[in-house]
Formats: sequence, C-alpha cells, structure tokens
Amino acid sequence: MEKIGVFVCWCGSNIAGSVNVERVAELARELPDVIHAENYMYMCSDPGQELIKAAIRDKGLNRVVVASCSPRMHEKTFRKAATYEGLNPFLVEIANVREQCSWVHQGDKDAATRKAFNIVKATIAKVRRNASLEEIRVPLTRRAMVVGAGITGLTAALELADAGYETVVVERDDQPGGKLRRLSKTFPYHETADAILLPRIEELKNHENITLYLGSKVTEVTGYVGNFEVKIETSQGEEAEEEIGALVVATGYDLYPVEKMSEYGGGKIANVVDSLTFEEMLKKSMESGEPVKRPSDGKPIESVMFIQCSGSRDPEHHKPYCSRVCCLYTSKQATLISEQNPGARAFVSFMDIRTDCKLTEEYSQQNTEELGIVYIRGRVSKVWDENGDVGIWTADTISDQRIEMKTDLVVLAMAVEPSKGYEEVSQLFRASTDTNGFFQESHIKLRPVESSTMGVYLAGAAQYPKDITDSVSQALATAGKIQSLFANDELTQDPLVCSVDPDLCSACGLCVPTCPYDAREVDRRAQFSRVNEALCQGCGACVAVCPNKSCGVKNDSPTQVLNQIDVLVEDESAA
Amino acid sequence: MAQQAVTQQDFEPRIVAFLCHWCTYTGADLAGTTRQQYPPNIRVVHLMCSGAIDVVYVLKALMDGADAVLIGGCHPGDCHYQSGNYKARRRVAILRNILTQFGVSQDRVWLKWISASEGRLFAETINEMTDAVREMGPVEFKLGWDV
Repeated sequence: MEKIGVFVCWCGSNIAGSVNVERVAELARELPDVIHAENYMYMCSDPGQELIKAAIRDKGLNRVVVASCSPRMHEKTFRKAATYEGLNPFLVEIANVREQCSWVHQGDKDAATRKAFNIVKATIAKVRRNASLEEIRVPLTRRAMVVGAGITGLTAALELADAGYETVVVERDDQPGGKLRRLSKTFPYHETADAILLPRIEELKNHENITLYLGSKVTEVTGYVGNFEVKIETSQGEEAEEEIGALVVATGYDLYPVEKMSEYGGGKIANVVDSLTFEEMLKKSMESGEPVKRPSDGKPIESVMFIQCSGSRDPEHHKPYCSRVCCLYTSKQATLISEQNPGARAFVSFMDIRTDCKLTEEYSQQNTEELGIVYIRGRVSKVWDENGDVGIWTADTISDQRIEMKTDLVVLAMAVEPSKGYEEVSQLFRASTDTNGFFQESHIKLRPVESSTMGVYLAGAAQYPKDITDSVSQALATAGKIQSLFANDELTQDPLVCSVDPDLCSACGLCVPTCPYDAREVDRRAQFSRVNEALCQGCGACVAVCPNKSCGVKNDSPTQVLNQIDVLVEDESAA
Repeated sequence: MAQQAVTQQDFEPRIVAFLCHWCTYTGADLAGTTRQQYPPNIRVVHLMCSGAIDVVYVLKALMDGADAVLIGGCHPGDCHYQSGNYKARRRVAILRNILTQFGVSQDRVWLKWISASEGRLFAETINEMTDAVREMGPVEFKLGWDV
C-alpha cells in the first residue's frame, strides 16, 4: 500500500505568483493513496525540508512528490532529506512546476494551476511504481594507461607514476617524444625542444612505475571505468594484456598533408614545404652550424614567405577551424631563420594574427619590430617555380596593392588535424569525436578533459590544436582527474540502469546491437538477455527496441511512461 | 463524425512532449529560467534519451487524447549516448508512415533538435506548434471510430 506525500513549494512568488499552490495541494489531497499534502514558502529551506522529514516520520510516507523547481536543482536535496528519515532516496520524485510551468505561463493563473496539478498527478503515477534502489558498487583497479608518448602523454604518465600509480604507456612510434622531437626551439623563450623533451624521456624510460610499450598499439579494450582490460600488440608482434582503471588518450596531431594545398605548390614545388619540415631544417642548421638551405639545390636561404591558414579557416575547401598554433610558431620560425641565416628576409601572408597565449603577443610584436618581419594581409593567389626560386602573386589588402615577388622558400603553416588512425582510437575507447575528428569533451567548459566514456580522459592536440603549454596543462588535468578517481576505495554508480524481466524476455537479442555501450548480452543457457550494470548508462535504447517490453530503465519503465501519458492527456478542466 | 462538435474556437490542443534529459529537457528548463512564455498546452515526459522513445508511447498519447506529440532530442552528433537521436529520427520517419495509414496527419508528430542552451528555441517551438495544432483541429482519433 502506497502512502504518498505531496509537498508543493511556493518558491517565494516564483511558483506561487502564477500557480495557486494551495489549490494544487488541495487537489492532490483528494488523489488515491495521497495521505498527506501541504504547501510551503521554500521547501528547500531547512524548515521546508523539516516538513518533509516530519511527514515521513509521523505518517509513515513511503513515496514523496515535491512540486518545485527542476529536478536538476534540488532533487538531490530532497532525496537526501528523505534518506535522513530512512526512506530510500529513489522513492522521491520532483514535479517540475517552476521552470516548466509557473515561469513560462505567467499570464494565466488558472491554466498554470491546472497544468501544475496535472504535472503533480503524472509524477505521482510515476513514483507509485518506483522501487527502492541502492547505488551500484564496483571494484577499482588503480593502474592507468596513457596512449601516446608525446609531450602530452609523457607528462600525464609521469605525473601519475610520481603519484605512485603504475602506468602503462603505449606509443606506436619506436621512440617516445612525438612531434616535439622534430621541433627546433620553442616560443617565447627560444628554449630548445630537446632541452624540454629529453630529460622527460629519460625519466619516462627509467621510472619504476612506468611500463613502456614502444612500436606498439592497443588492439582491444573491454570493460568499463575502474576495470578496463586492454590488449596490446607489441613491437615483437606479441600480444600483451594489461588491466587498468582509467586511461588518457593523448594521440596528438598530424599536419594536414601539404599536397592538399596544391594551389600553393604543396607537393609539387620542391621549395614549398610544410611548417614541420621547416622546423627540421632549422633544427638541422642549429646542430650543424651551417645556414638553412633550400631543398631544391642547397642554396643558403635569403628569403622566406610564410603562408598562414594553409588549410585552416576555410570551411568550403579545407578545415573550418583555426589551428591556433600557426601564428605563434610562424613568428618564431621567421625569427629563427634570421638568426641562422643572417640577413635573410621573412615575409608572412596572413588573414588575422592570433596571439592568445601568455607572452605571445609581446613576443610576436617584438620579433616583428626588431627583425623587420614583413606581414602582408591578404591571400596568396598564385605560387610557381622559377628556376628554383618561388614566384608569388598576392595582394596587400591594407594598402590595396597587388604584389609580385620571389623568395627562396615558401613555408605553408598547414592546418593541424587529428593524428592518423584517430577513428580506430575513437572506436576502441568509445570516445566520440567532433565533426573535425578531434576527440569530443563531455562539456566544453566544465568537463574539458573527460570523454564521452567514463574513465577515458582526453589531453593535448587530440582534443583540439594546442601549444606545448596548453597540452601540458591538460595532461596534468587528466592526471589529476585520474588521481581523484583512484582516491576511492570502490566506485559507485547511479543505479538508474536497465533491468530485465527474465520471464518476459524471449532472448531475441535485438537489444544487443542497439546498445551503444556493449552492456547487453544474451545468456543462451538461461535464455534471456542480461544487462551489465557497470557498462549500462541507462539511456533506454534497448527498451525502445524490446518487442516484449521485458526491459526497462529502473524507475522509468515503459509502464511508468505509459501511466504518465494516461495522466498527461487527461482533460482536467474540472480542476 | 458525430463528435465533431468541438469548434475551432474553443478547441485547446493538448500536446505531449517527450524530451531527452541532456538537451531538450534542459533547454525547456532554460526557457523557464529566462522567462520565455508559451501556452500551457504542453505536457512533458522526461526520458534519458530520445532514442528511448517507443513508437507505442507516441501512438498511445495520440489515441488517448493528445492532439500532437513533440519529440525533443540533441542535435545530430551531440547525443549524450552517441546515437540515440539518430534512432529517434529513423523511428519517427516510420511512425509518420503508420500515422498516415491510420488517417492521422503526420504533421501531428514533431521531431525537433533543441539543445540545452536553446531555451528560446524551445519556447518558439511550443508557440509555433500550439498554433499549428490549433489550426489542424483535434486529433483524427477523436473524430469517430464508430465505424
């Protein structure tokens, strides 16, 4: 026998201003099994919560409906209050009569009151069939994995290893370091990439808590947060297995292929190179002490044209987004070429200059002024080979002049795109990607390092183009998130997952492929389909396809939905 | 057609909305927070995902008194559960076919992508839908099954 209590909140005048709260409570009192109904100015306040507690205590309520603000505001508050009196929190439901009623129907108090009562009644229909639930507890493996050993991955790995957690690092190249290995110096202090990277690589290789798989790749991932099982194909072609509790995807970036910019001579003209190739040319020159030479004939370079946004910010033909780092490293490259090849001139063709990282505006301004780097705002219209020199047509849209010029080299600041093979990584780890292939964060502001799958974290340029500073920050953030996770003795999970009535299930298996989390499996021996509660996220996709309606999201079963519909279509004009 | 006594003027349509937790339900909350106004003809069923909507729910609502049904989900590519909104889209396409065979206008089922930040769009949708359904008149199921 249900003993239902209904508590109608005024929320000051927020609800009471457009809903007759007394009338709603009065009508609720007449409903079957409602043994208590009252209204109060602020239900979420201490005295308000005390009213709920007292009614549970004194009248033995076993179901509670609070008609108040959205469940997203105070569902937890009221459930906690009920728990205090020994009532299972999942027997408390919220009727959303503020955001979805009083606030949006401010002109017509009668209609809003009728609707509020209808919402309360539908919520009663739902809570009537709610079951007491306990949070799901699952054990936790306190080991981590990092995929990718560039500056991002190795930062995350070292942070976790230093915190005392065993960390597995999987890198597909035969040495760690990623793209940073190819760079010459870094902005804004011209510290060499090697000075940043090499000590960290040594630490990585020698850390007692780190297992490093080089020339290896992950081939299979099963399990869920706290308990992943990962298969790795090692460089010797053997299969290794690792058990981990959480992982970081730090698979980095590649440059958009230079051949895609054939209009700028990419892939066709020897003296047109991408920016990473130019980094290597600078690095080689720094190491050998010889000037930077042009690829076609080895002539020391006397002039360079840097073309910005090569493939970026061009939604019609290439990438729609800004690659973020090009403006910064181009200023650096233009500076370094005049250090390596004294007297060399640098020209930059640009659309806008974006220097949004710490110190980079000052850095870029100083380089431009002191070295006389020539910035030309406009888009290059033609690039051709002229016996080794590169001919360029462009326009300066500030002085409104057409420009024809020749340089020894053209450097294309190619768009940054997700590292090759990102689709496979996305599927393996069930981490979705955005329309550009970058890994999608759970919430762009509040959960920027969490992927769509719990326990899978994102860092570095795999998530969006980033400089070293930002990549390292994000790597440290993922390590922090994982340490918070590992601070638990066991994991608790929301129990609002799917459940199956074995008597109704015919083991047809339709639920298996429809589940996005591989949480459904037909038990052939028992002849029904099981739910892996640790994997299930409670979306209800399987419920919709189940022909027998043998499965349902807990406390949101098809019967409960249909019962709500029964109420919601009622004509309550009599109210 | 005996019951067609309901005149266009005193007809107040009833709309049942199935809203996904992550986008449209939250968008509907935002409509409230920003005090957008829309007519009280809509009643909301909260579901975790638009992909959890069974065609039976929609048919049940229409047969039992709703004049129209709104299904609100996340924009394509934004589904919290990866692909639920695509499932909803396919299901609705088939459902519309079924409705036509029942002699019910397929325009009585609306599928809208409304994100958590689109409170205004939610309110606009309800305004537009209420007007459209008022124009359409009561759901054909009400008009007589006494064959």
